[in-house]
Amino acid sequence: MLIRTHKKHLPAAVAAIGALAVLAGCSGTPSSTNSSTPPPGTSSGGNLVIGVTSDVDTLFPWKATQFNTVNVMQVLYGTLTEYDQDLNVVPGIAETWDVSDDRLSLTFHLRSGVKFADGSDCDSADVKSSLDKIRDEATAAVARSQLSSIESVEAPDAATIVLALTSPDAGLLSSLASINTAILSSDDTEEVLNETPNGTGPFQLKERKPSQSLTLARNDNYWGDKAKLDTVEFRIIPDETSIVTAMQSGNVQMSVFDDPLVAQSAATSANATIQEQTQLAYHVLQLNATKGDLTDINVRLAIQCAIDRQQVLDSAALGEGQVTGPVTSPAFRSDPAARPCPERDLDKAAEYLGKAGKADGLTLKVMVSSGEYATSVNEAQSIQAQLAEAKITVELEVLESGAYVDRWLAADFDAAVALNGGRPDPDQAYSRYFTSTGNLNAVAGYSSPELDDLFAKGKSSDNDAERKQIYNQISNILEDNAVWVWLFTSFTYTATTSNVQGYIPMANDSMQYLRTTSIN
Amino acid sequence: MLTRIVHSSITRRLVTALGTLFGVAVLVFIMLRAIPGDQVTAQFGIESGALTPAQRAALESYYGLDQPLLVQFFSWLGNLFTGNLGFSARAHLSVAELTAQSLPVTVELAVITIVLSLVLGVPLGMLSASKPNSARDGLGQVVALAGLSIPAFLLGSSVMAWVATFWGQNPNGQAFARLTDNPMLNLQQMILPAGVLAFGIAAPIMRTTRTAVLDIRAKDFIRTARAKGVPKARIQMRHILTNALVPITTMTGLQFGYLLGGAIVIEQIFSLPGIGRQVLVGIEQKEYAVVQSTILIIAVCFVLVNLLTDMLYRVIDPRVRAL
Repeated sequence: MLIRTHKKHLPAAVAAIGALAVLAGCSGTPSSTNSSTPPPGTSSGGNLVIGVTSDVDTLFPWKATQFNTVNVMQVLYGTLTEYDQDLNVVPGIAETWDVSDDRLSLTFHLRSGVKFADGSDCDSADVKSSLDKIRDEATAAVARSQLSSIESVEAPDAATIVLALTSPDAGLLSSLASINTAILSSDDTEEVLNETPNGTGPFQLKERKPSQSLTLARNDNYWGDKAKLDTVEFRIIPDETSIVTAMQSGNVQMSVFDDPLVAQSAATSANATIQEQTQLAYHVLQLNATKGDLTDINVRLAIQCAIDRQQVLDSAALGEGQVTGPVTSPAFRSDPAARPCPERDLDKAAEYLGKAGKADGLTLKVMVSSGEYATSVNEAQSIQAQLAEAKITVELEVLESGAYVDRWLAADFDAAVALNGGRPDPDQAYSRYFTSTGNLNAVAGYSSPELDDLFAKGKSSDNDAERKQIYNQISNILEDNAVWVWLFTSFTYTATTSNVQGYIPMANDSMQYLRTTSIN
Repeated sequence: MLTRIVHSSITRRLVTALGTLFGVAVLVFIMLRAIPGDQVTAQFGIESGALTPAQRAALESYYGLDQPLLVQFFSWLGNLFTGNLGFSARAHLSVAELTAQSLPVTVELAVITIVLSLVLGVPLGMLSASKPNSARDGLGQVVALAGLSIPAFLLGSSVMAWVATFWGQNPNGQAFARLTDNPMLNLQQMILPAGVLAFGIAAPIMRTTRTAVLDIRAKDFIRTARAKGVPKARIQMRHILTNALVPITTMTGLQFGYLLGGAIVIEQIFSLPGIGRQVLVGIEQKEYAVVQSTILIIAVCFVLVNLLTDMLYRVIDPRVRAL
């Protein structure tokens, strides 16, 4: 499940009604704004204001999980490796790296001249201290489990880091690009950084007014091409419709929406340019194969066959998205049609139910969170209606998001409509769910020795073609066993006013390309 | 003797108020714990499922969740008496500092709203009452009904959209300006939300005014005044309105008290960093101390407003003074 707090403050009706109100009279011309005009005489890339619906919940990158917090951390801090716009791993603080022949040792050569925002040098001692602290349980860093293959970290000289691994780990370079493994100065503590962030990213914190705004200024110590913008202000406007009106009046120049209706109203009334970006996150009906009727594969297959994914997408999200299979990362994407029922097939569903001895139908309890993201309840209702035609009666449990997360974590559900965050590397995305030792395996409700074996192979292989084949196999097993019913991936909509240039949205929602953005 | 009565009355009030506040504290504490999840799951979401027991224990101890509930309650209560309202890990500020920023915003919004509601509600009520069941009464009633039945979020979103569409303006899209920093922008940012709230609050004030005026008008002393040839305007203002002020004050005090609790929806729509949003964000992040202390502050405000209203009766109505 993806953590997006920015949708849950107000009922969707507020956004929808407001959007209609905006659409009703969309003839306004955006006025020019003072906030984006630099003072005369300064050479400047301008000041960009981004409308966001929620404040950051921490300024400490190792504990950042919420959408907006991660975005801010992404431009304040640096990582050993990074993603490019296609989510390929590229050099970050580490300029190059070598892998030993047995693939049990990884040597990073650090870039020279990397400095923290406070001007101090970032060297191998900082990298070692960061990786050691992330792996220390007492730090409670969220990326700890992703670095579990690291046995030790050595810093033979100021520009070299050597990682000794317990086993080859193809996903490690990708894990090190996550902002949850940001490199911090060995002198800094969580307490200090929560007050004054000190990273190696293209921006640094200028001012924070809790619940109002967070302003970043260009970090002139940044090792790469310096950011073009002078400042970026994340202005907290809790209601998305209000962000649209703020764009319309020129007070805000950029925002990222996930509701197509709101994006549409930004395009028409605020004359904004909208960039659609397919997300890694996927909408899914999670089935708990350890519970009741769902232990029978035929029941699960009947559910798969009775659901038309396109119809769920059309009715819940206005068709704005793509039907998907399990793996959503571009380099490993599953074929959505590779499953026992590529299209809805009620006869087959009835046949599977017959095989399960449930020809007269059954009742399925499905939980869904309300307000966590715009489409959740609509998806659940569409599924309910479709399954009813296959004699499967769905009892919906609509839960507040806190209650939902609690029950989700405790695997206390038969089936759950969820929006799960995707990862660029399929091992990161799924090994925690579908390996028997994965920390979310109880939530996934399914594992098998075959899957364990395939995940182990996928992790230890360094051959891209071979890995692609392995994750295809995993994807097929998941679909053939109807472990979950993968539905669709949706878009995010980056709205920018016409004076904003150079911003590239990414599938993992990262805003790292704020560093190439400029405003006229 | 009189001093004793006054003292005992004040003491009684004080004891009642403290009892109420303690009740609020206990209730909020229990309700917050009854909500599923805690600060760890609120911050980490499903990633908290990936935390090892040791990591989880470290976080619980950081947030003070490892203590038994009774210890948590009394240590929070004890801290209140030393002026320590708690700390928000999210904002990295103490609750006292947060409240010092948010309470003035809410108080300002409440004051402007009440002034606007009175300006709208009292004359409208008097107008309605001046000729019951006439067209003007009907008009007043319709306006009041609209005020009561149009939800503030709908009116708020629509008004904001219209202003942005037709005038290309949205003062609330700019960074929030404090009254002391930029009074002009601050008033621009306050006027729309206050107007929207006032439309809703003017309705009960209008209805109360109408009923009170009709009630007083039927009294003998008004007939006597009329018979004595007192000018009509003087009867309206001096005899009727003055006497009708007591129920209007009660209603206004009540509404003002509610407004001080923070108009959460309006603060959300118009991006006002008031006390309602402080509570809402606190609940979302499960920052127990923030929510408990803030709600207690709101309760104190409510009690104070009630006390002030009672005192106002003494100013307005000599009969109360005489008691």
